[in-house]
Amino acid sequence: MQLARVIGTVVATIKNESLQGRKLLIIQSLDKKLEPQGKPLVAVDAAGAGVGELVFWCRGKEASFPFKRDDTPTDCTIVGIVDSDDHVFCQ
Amino acid sequence: MILAKVVGNIVATQKNVRYENARVMLCEHITPEGELTGNTVLALDAVDAGVGDTVLIVQEGWSASTTATGKAGAAIDSAIVGVVDRIDLL
Repeated sequence: MQLARVIGTVVATIKNESLQGRKLLIIQSLDKKLEPQGKPLVAVDAAGAGVGELVFWCRGKEASFPFKRDDTPTDCTIVGIVDSDDHVFCQ
Repeated sequence: MILAKVVGNIVATQKNVRYENARVMLCEHITPEGELTGNTVLALDAVDAGVGDTVLIVQEGWSASTTATGKAGAAIDSAIVGVVDRIDLL
């Protein structure tokens, strides 16, 4: 999993049936100092996140598990919302 | 599996149900020599690791969710599965 900031939303009318009703968000991964790291990605939301929030996301096949019985095609899913920037404890 | 150092943790109230009662640790990749590489990863703690520990992280979902939550099939891609005592290199 990686920390990320939600920086935008994506609207797609035509998409795979099992993505219907799912929220697509643009996320920027962050390092331990909460500085951007790598390129932005499009993630499916499984935690109720919104723009501006600090979240963590899961990659790979496991990303589709929150939507299990649907076989949702995703390799990047937001699985949690960090309470605030101050709730990242790093030495 | 990868070698990493635990550098912190995060607190999240709203998260996927399978993450409940789990500790989400902030880890940084290290080289076999022990140097930090700057790349970070979040991993669920399955072995009571603490900040400063050198750890083994498995990055495969089936093993990660089984070790971290006791049941496979969760949206978990990384778990700490061991605390490293020592690394010997040629």
